[in-house]
Amino acid sequence: MIVSDVIISLTTERISLACVLVMILALTTWKADLRVARPLLVASFRLIVQLSLVGLILEYVFEINNFLLVALIALVMLLVAGKEVSVRQKYRVSGRWGYGIGTCSMFVSSFAVSVFGLAAIIRAENWWDPRYSIPVLGMLLGNTMTAVALSLDRFTTYVWEGRETIEAKLMLGHSSQEALRIILRDSLRAGLMPVINSMAIAGIVSLPGMMTGQILAGNSPVSAVRYQIVIWLLIAVGCGFGSMLVVQMAAKRVFDERERLRTDRLYKV
Amino acid sequence: MGRSGSGKTLLLRAIADLDVNEGRVSLNGQFRDDVSGPEWRKKVGLLTAESKWWHESVGKHFRSSKLNLLYDLGFPDESVLSWKVSRLSSGEKQRLALARLLLMSPDALLLDEPTANLDSDSVTLVENVIDAYRKERSASVIWVAHDESQLDRVSDAKMYMKDKHLTEQA
Repeated sequence: MIVSDVIISLTTERISLACVLVMILALTTWKADLRVARPLLVASFRLIVQLSLVGLILEYVFEINNFLLVALIALVMLLVAGKEVSVRQKYRVSGRWGYGIGTCSMFVSSFAVSVFGLAAIIRAENWWDPRYSIPVLGMLLGNTMTAVALSLDRFTTYVWEGRETIEAKLMLGHSSQEALRIILRDSLRAGLMPVINSMAIAGIVSLPGMMTGQILAGNSPVSAVRYQIVIWLLIAVGCGFGSMLVVQMAAKRVFDERERLRTDRLYKV
Repeated sequence: MGRSGSGKTLLLRAIADLDVNEGRVSLNGQFRDDVSGPEWRKKVGLLTAESKWWHESVGKHFRSSKLNLLYDLGFPDESVLSWKVSRLSSGEKQRLALARLLLMSPDALLLDEPTANLDSDSVTLVENVIDAYRKERSASVIWVAHDESQLDRVSDAKMYMKDKHLTEQA
């Protein structure tokens, strides 16, 4: 097993070198009037500030090692991800449901899968040990959020644009589930394709970020790969159930108890 | 009959339970709210002026093929079922949409300008098929049309709509 004894720590001066590169890029684009210099600098600044804060917070959380604190952080992560899902929609489900269905489906899928992964696979002494639980949940939520947002966006767009066809099916006595069958399938596929594609090319075209991080931090590649495999399988499961759940909940919402299509419950942003 | 926007389509959609609506509807002694939405819509078949198709092939839209009906609607044989929907003219689409609806055996027909896109030969075919179905099944038919002479041919009674209200019985 190859394990590095010395982890090269990045000093502030060395990080500044990367910043200098960004400055050069910003300057070049500014000279060429490409109008991306400002957003590039703002994003870089945000990245540095946000990640530095997260680093400090995580140091503190790891030290305190308190379940309630971990739960609070998980809750904040979930609520922010829920908000992100709802703002990524072209057609939003009206009312509290617009925010609720994305958040609910991520809660059920990401949280359940994370708890299973932590308790049954990683098996740290405390399954909620923040050193494991926060990164695992973070990776799952981040990916599930993308899948859920994509599936929901595709679903509501298909329903809105295909409302006349859906009603034509209803007129022939189809149930709401039958009328939506093709849409449900296509929305789910849209949500899952990115993760399926990433898994299919993993290790060949690109090295996954988490694995790269572990290797850079001195871990053996074999051990890093094992973690990466588990994480990605968990991500696939989280994305799959999250997407299924969100489109089913949205499907319930766009029909009423008489199985009438209620496009009045969708609004264009 | 009635002007555009007078509420004819809205009334048919309300009877078919496609929009939220108030009031009670019954058919052959059975109230709408006593059966599920899909069950009710199988009993009251709604045909709109423009039909919708979702599979590539025509035949996939039909759960059964009753050939006489296709002959009666002017198709020489069942090969139309193997055609692609993109090949159909608007008139063919409309005649096939009627066949698709009648094969569901509804007890009532709600027809929203069903012959608006048809040539005169097809109009006659459609009128005859609907008349035969009505007699065979003792089905009720509500037929929305702009052509008064057509309604004279096909209806027992005419009603007019104005400002979302049925105003007179001719």
